[in-house]
Amino acid sequence: MRYAMAVDTRKCVGCSDCVVACQTENNVPIGFCRDWVVEVTDGTYPNLEAEIRSERCNHCDNSPCVRCCPTGASHYAEGGVVLVTPEKCIGCGACIASCPYDARYPHPDGYVDKCTFCLENRVKKGLNPACVSVCPTKCMYFGDLDDPNSPVSKILKNRKYKTLIPEAGTNPQLYFLI
Amino acid sequence: MREEIIVSGRMNHLIDPQLHIWNWQIPLYLFLGGLAAGILFFAALYSILHKEKEFPTAVKLAPFITPVLLALGLLALFIDLHHKLYFWRLYTTLRLQSPMSWGAWTLMIVTPLSLIWCALNIKILFPKWDWKYKWLYQLEAFFRKHQMPLAWMMLISSLILGVYTGILLSAFNARPLWNTSILGPLFLTSGLSTGAAAIVLMSKNAAERLTFARIDLMLIGIELFLIIHMFMGFLASTQVHIDAASLFLGGAYTVPFWLFVVTLGLAIPALLELLEIRKFHMPYFIAPVMVIIGGLIFRFIIVYAGQASRWLY
Repeated sequence: MRYAMAVDTRKCVGCSDCVVACQTENNVPIGFCRDWVVEVTDGTYPNLEAEIRSERCNHCDNSPCVRCCPTGASHYAEGGVVLVTPEKCIGCGACIASCPYDARYPHPDGYVDKCTFCLENRVKKGLNPACVSVCPTKCMYFGDLDDPNSPVSKILKNRKYKTLIPEAGTNPQLYFLI
Repeated sequence: MREEIIVSGRMNHLIDPQLHIWNWQIPLYLFLGGLAAGILFFAALYSILHKEKEFPTAVKLAPFITPVLLALGLLALFIDLHHKLYFWRLYTTLRLQSPMSWGAWTLMIVTPLSLIWCALNIKILFPKWDWKYKWLYQLEAFFRKHQMPLAWMMLISSLILGVYTGILLSAFNARPLWNTSILGPLFLTSGLSTGAAAIVLMSKNAAERLTFARIDLMLIGIELFLIIHMFMGFLASTQVHIDAASLFLGGAYTVPFWLFVVTLGLAIPALLELLEIRKFHMPYFIAPVMVIIGGLIFRFIIVYAGQASRWLY
């Protein structure tokens, strides 16, 4: 099993509903976010191109955060999802410094927090992650890459896509449809 | 001109707009760890070579400050932790891929070794020292009997401690400035250099001071060589590495690095040591003090500049 997510940059309007849904679902402390919206404007005036992306932890196959963690708090859970065990985390910040996507932050309670793909609270109950389920443009797809009939497998079969900083060698599992 | 403008909705504390998760505690610890490693290395080396009589400060006196340095360094690390009460989790596992785990276990070995070394030489500081209990005398006799293996253990573990302070940073591929394997040898050399400088400061023996001034001069030469190689490597690498190097070549860290680290921390003390070796008389403490301060500033600059370097996407 390999959980992954795809975000359609051609459908995303940057409304930030995914951000709010995540903060509500996961009790993210005020002022922090586990997912966020990035708008990129590229080109030469007047020929400009905009891309809007809903970003979060890439749940990399080769995660530098898991490698750097001195206590094993950062680990691979079911389906390759990268999780942090708060009771093992000493809050040293090594994983935060090791993430090329800056997807982690220190929770005010001390441990390091990040996107979980809503593994425990939603995915294991058969639901989609909070961000995917609220998206008003239905631009996000989630599922098991090993299952050819999962929404994410189907969309990646038919569309061009990219990942972020593939040259960092982390093998990210958050795909952006272009 | 083609432009790319990135607007992000993320503003996480200590992460945005630029990573600053590691503050003064980490560079201070890296400096203290490197300095302690340097002093312990020379103590072990000259003990193994049976040169205690020629270099009494290096072998017997200077190691007295290492438990203090290590304790202060560990205190700084502890202050840095965000989830302090769980610090013991470091010692419930050994994670071979994590340099920080290696470092935690190395400190667990080096700190007791430095304390044992001090205990064996305690009569130098306190001639009337009495261990009071018989078992403490037996323990002292045991370690004295095995001083040679102890010195070898200290030699190897101090080298690991010195090199790990650099590897800790070089393991982070997310920060291109740190992500160079030169950083391990560079921090080790800098640590040995500050250690030699500390021995010069503490020594009352002119011949010993001169030897360590020579050693320090050689180490400064190696350090300059490694720094040049680091920049050559960056400039011949990818755009993110070129951007990382440009922090020091015209960017925000240019003046602090080339003035305080390279000029005042390496070049001028090297010149002063050279003059001293050539028998020009001058206050002996100027060069080592400059080397030590330069080493401290060097750790600060690398830790802060590294957090400013990143992959752009």
